[in-house]
Amino acid sequence: MLTTFWSWWVIILTVTNLVLITWLLFANKKIAVNEEDTEDQTTGHVYDGIEEYDNPLPKWWFQMFVITLVFGVFYFALYPSLGNFKGFLNWTSIGQWEGEMEVANAKYAETFGQYKEMSIEEIAADPKAMKIGTRLFANNCSVCHGADGGGAEGFPNLTDKDWLYGGAPEQIAVSISNGRMGNMPPWGEVLGEDGVINTAEYVRKLSGLEHDAAKAEAGATHFATVCAACHGADGKGMHVLGAPNLTDDVWLYNDSREAIRHAIRNGRANVMPAQVDKLREDKIRMLTAYVYGLSQE
Amino acid sequence: MSSNLANAGEQPAYNYDIVRKFAVMTVVWGVVGMAVGVLIASQLAWPALNDLLQPFSHFGRLRPLHTNAVIFAFGGCALFATSYYVVQRTCQAPLFGGFLVPFTFWGWQLVILCAAITLPLGMTSSKEYAELEWPIDILITLVWVAYGIVFFGTIVKRKTSHIYVANWFFGSFILTIAVLHVVNSAAIPVTMTKSYSAYAGAMDAMIQWWYGHNAVGFFLTAGFLGIMYYFVPKQAERPVFSYRLSIIHFWALVSIYIWAGPHHLHYTALPDWTQGLGMVMSLILLAPSWGGMINGIMTLSGAWHKLRTDPTLRFLVVSLSFYGMSTFEGPMMSIKTVNALSHYTDWTVGHVHSGALGWVAMVSIGALYHLIPALLGRKEMWSVKLVNLHFWMATIGTVLYIASMWVNGILQGLMWRAFNADGTLTYSFVSSVEASYPGHYVRVLGGFIFFSGMLFMAFNTYRTFAAEKDANASAQPQSA
Repeated sequence: MLTTFWSWWVIILTVTNLVLITWLLFANKKIAVNEEDTEDQTTGHVYDGIEEYDNPLPKWWFQMFVITLVFGVFYFALYPSLGNFKGFLNWTSIGQWEGEMEVANAKYAETFGQYKEMSIEEIAADPKAMKIGTRLFANNCSVCHGADGGGAEGFPNLTDKDWLYGGAPEQIAVSISNGRMGNMPPWGEVLGEDGVINTAEYVRKLSGLEHDAAKAEAGATHFATVCAACHGADGKGMHVLGAPNLTDDVWLYNDSREAIRHAIRNGRANVMPAQVDKLREDKIRMLTAYVYGLSQE
Repeated sequence: MSSNLANAGEQPAYNYDIVRKFAVMTVVWGVVGMAVGVLIASQLAWPALNDLLQPFSHFGRLRPLHTNAVIFAFGGCALFATSYYVVQRTCQAPLFGGFLVPFTFWGWQLVILCAAITLPLGMTSSKEYAELEWPIDILITLVWVAYGIVFFGTIVKRKTSHIYVANWFFGSFILTIAVLHVVNSAAIPVTMTKSYSAYAGAMDAMIQWWYGHNAVGFFLTAGFLGIMYYFVPKQAERPVFSYRLSIIHFWALVSIYIWAGPHHLHYTALPDWTQGLGMVMSLILLAPSWGGMINGIMTLSGAWHKLRTDPTLRFLVVSLSFYGMSTFEGPMMSIKTVNALSHYTDWTVGHVHSGALGWVAMVSIGALYHLIPALLGRKEMWSVKLVNLHFWMATIGTVLYIASMWVNGILQGLMWRAFNADGTLTYSFVSSVEASYPGHYVRVLGGFIFFSGMLFMAFNTYRTFAAEKDANASAQPQSA
């Protein structure tokens, strides 16, 4: 909202500008009535050999100018354009958006309403619902999780049986609605570079990868004191915290030595944004069923 | 209307050296800027071309290089060359300002060189069409103040009683660009190569597009109308159509253009009243813009037959047609409901290029084909046939470019707003990118044809200068 001063500043400047231009237009009005009128009387000035006629304004051009000016007057009266004056239609862009959303929500409530009574498992088995789910997923989720839900480095694969926060319908729904913050703290300072390297070897051992046995042995102690709190003493992870299972061959990043060391040294920070305000309940149910279905195939 | 060169003895000694320097650099920067344009258009068609020399060759770094090169290097040199030529001849006074005159040339070339180095290195203020960092901005300001002193000083010293209309436009362009540049580039420096805008949020966006649209309005429209008002009547050898029309459309254009910026920010966080005001002012701008086109084209009445034999005049007249077309398209696109479809699509890119290629480049090229022989005291360029070939290449290139972008723009706009029965989007963004490929290929073709035309121009310019040198060389011994 502009202060009164700036509001009037805008109004006075705008109106003065347009009034002056309108005056200039009419003051110089000498419209061609017929073709003969466009005959040749120069102004008498000569610049480097260039002379100027003072022909009348083309009639259609004059009229076009007037029409745009008149349109402006009406628009200024009806819509917000002159400072704080709101216009007689009381139109606002936010009001238009809310109106459109209301119409859309009413319209699509029917589409989604028919699934209200069904369980997530039932929706996941309904081909028509899954078509909607595919489209919702493509619009909203595929940017990070991939068009097929296969994920990418740092973005979980949704098609396997491995779950960071649990794969039951309720757990999936919470992940979508409220989002998730996956924070692994950095341990480089605590463990020292040797400690990082040894712990990484132990992690590789846990998932059955090729590793240096002596270093892994040394890393085991670190794991027990530092890592086990979240990943569990057996390294199988913890859904409540979103701590990954380290004993399988599923990797959120990758299984290279450097990637594992990097994670231990610097930690990781992953964010799944909350969708509840954007997608709302109906669509989240549909997506929950779709994601649930992805892992059931 | 005999050529004034014929009775040069009665004329004051005009400074043509500076005009010649800027004219040659216009051709050089035209070739360079358009070459970068063809490269980045190709990157959109074949994304692997981004990897030529990463990160310097990335689209994000080359795109501002292209826009700066064609607008400020090519367009800027064309404006310097023509305004220095026109102001001297229509005021019958040599350029004012002494050392400031060569300073504007060398200073401006230094600005361009700095842009060519810093932009690929990724140094940018991130403001569109004002990407250059603060030390370069200061240099631009110095050059521009010098330009203003030279131009207005010459006007003050004029020997004619009135000021010719071309100079009104040049003058308004120089004044307004000074204000726009200083206000928009205001920033807080952090290091020599990094600064932050003095404005924040929606205000920053508004200042940016107040600048951005008036860079179009004053640099690319008012300045080039100045070119048009001299070179069209001169080349057609006809009086200007209507003095009163030039008065109305000049004042209406310069006063209303300044309001139009918000139409770049429809449906954003910009306050509603600003968007509404910007839209109305953009619509009212239609008639003032067309005033210039009418005055140019109607000047030819009685001289239409010259179009058959004079490709230079063709450049000038066709540029006015593109000017009329894009200044009709602009107000239409500023209407909010049209903008809802066209915004963020290739349509905008096509609109810009119908102005940039069709109007700005073609009127500059036409003016240069008049100016270069005139500077050398010749009747015409080394090869008029090449001028004619260039004309057709420029026209066909422009038409291919803008037509492909119209198709792409409408296609993208419609794909983005298509909904399924369940309220989901019918197409993902990437499917609209995929659908745009044919248009992107055609754009590369159109741009390449236009660019190739510039190569012919460079060659023709070189031969014209060389021919003149030969003539002088052979004339010398005879007189001795």
